[in-house]
Amino acid sequence: MSDKGKIFLGLIVFIVAVTYPMWGGVFAKTPAPDVQLPDGKCIESRDYMVANHMNMLDEWRDKFVREGEEIYIASDGTEHAISLTKTCMKSGCHDNKTEFCDKCHTYADVDPYCWDCHVAPDQVAPKGGN
Amino acid sequence: MDDSRRDFLKKASIASLGIAALPVLSAGVRAVSGHGAATDSIQWGMVIDVQKCDNKALADAAQKACHTEHNVPAVPADLKDEEIKWIWTEAFQNVFPEQAHARMAHKLHDKQVVVLCNHCDRPSCVRVCPTKATWKRKSDGIVMMDMHRCIGCRFCMAACPFGARSFNYSDPRKFMDTEKPANTLYPTRSMGVVEKCTFCADRIREGRQPACVEAANAIVPGAMVFGNVNDPESEIYKYLTENHTLVRQLNLGTGPNVYYKL
Repeated sequence: MSDKGKIFLGLIVFIVAVTYPMWGGVFAKTPAPDVQLPDGKCIESRDYMVANHMNMLDEWRDKFVREGEEIYIASDGTEHAISLTKTCMKSGCHDNKTEFCDKCHTYADVDPYCWDCHVAPDQVAPKGGN
Repeated sequence: MDDSRRDFLKKASIASLGIAALPVLSAGVRAVSGHGAATDSIQWGMVIDVQKCDNKALADAAQKACHTEHNVPAVPADLKDEEIKWIWTEAFQNVFPEQAHARMAHKLHDKQVVVLCNHCDRPSCVRVCPTKATWKRKSDGIVMMDMHRCIGCRFCMAACPFGARSFNYSDPRKFMDTEKPANTLYPTRSMGVVEKCTFCADRIREGRQPACVEAANAIVPGAMVFGNVNDPESEIYKYLTENHTLVRQLNLGTGPNVYYKL
């Protein structure tokens, strides 16, 4: 049993290597995203939107495209058109994809395919402008 | 249990005959109730006046209005197989092959006819779609596309007898001017989805006429008529009852809602 030391050393190296992805981030210094929030109020509370915007958009697309619903009634009773580009990304709200959407999505390493089709206002010329 | 084995087999065979006859009977009922019967529901339809639309400027204007509004990419001519079109023209004999006999009037031969999705009553594309990415809207009869759900299997393209559907073989944005869609409020499509005419569902929602109809009628008034074919008060209903019109491939039974006046 003279190889005890080597076996334990190998086991430690193995455990460290395998669990690295779980604790490796503790030492990494990735700054929290500095998201530019527009003035004014979103259709729901900030906390709700941070946690649930993806679910809301997912529900919206089925409601609008498949069920023909056009109006979302927010929890405070206000009505909003169900539209990513005409409501969320309208001028004065989240009209800057690079500074708003991308900041967090890059930080969280998620890559939603919304803008494969939907047109972000800060990435293209206005209507008829090309 | 007084039934003998013989009785049981008799009853079972009669029951299975009844089940087998069900589809035949219901098809018969469908055929009798037929295409074009007036109902309360909305069914958008379109009449295309072939003579008035036999005009390259008009056909081009209608296509440009549609393709600009919906960000339909202009695929270069050398990639003809990848062409994407929502509304275009075809020669008369290809639009109405069952009407094109050997002694057809010369003026009809090669006459360019405007074609688009027929928004059929019984659309074969909807039947074959495995994800329900395309479906017939109960509210107004439009055969709609949900680009979020399309997996690009192209069954619908094989099923459509009118070639009304186009597939995005590559990212359509690369065919758009400076990669900027003409209409920023309307989405483009992504690679790998099928697209087609939506009868301008977004315009109809706002109470407007489809883009092609607006553009065509601005050049030749009355070139196209659009409306609810189920509403006896509508212009299109009156037009269809007073004029002889054709639909494409009537014999296939899909029930097209785009009508042609020769």
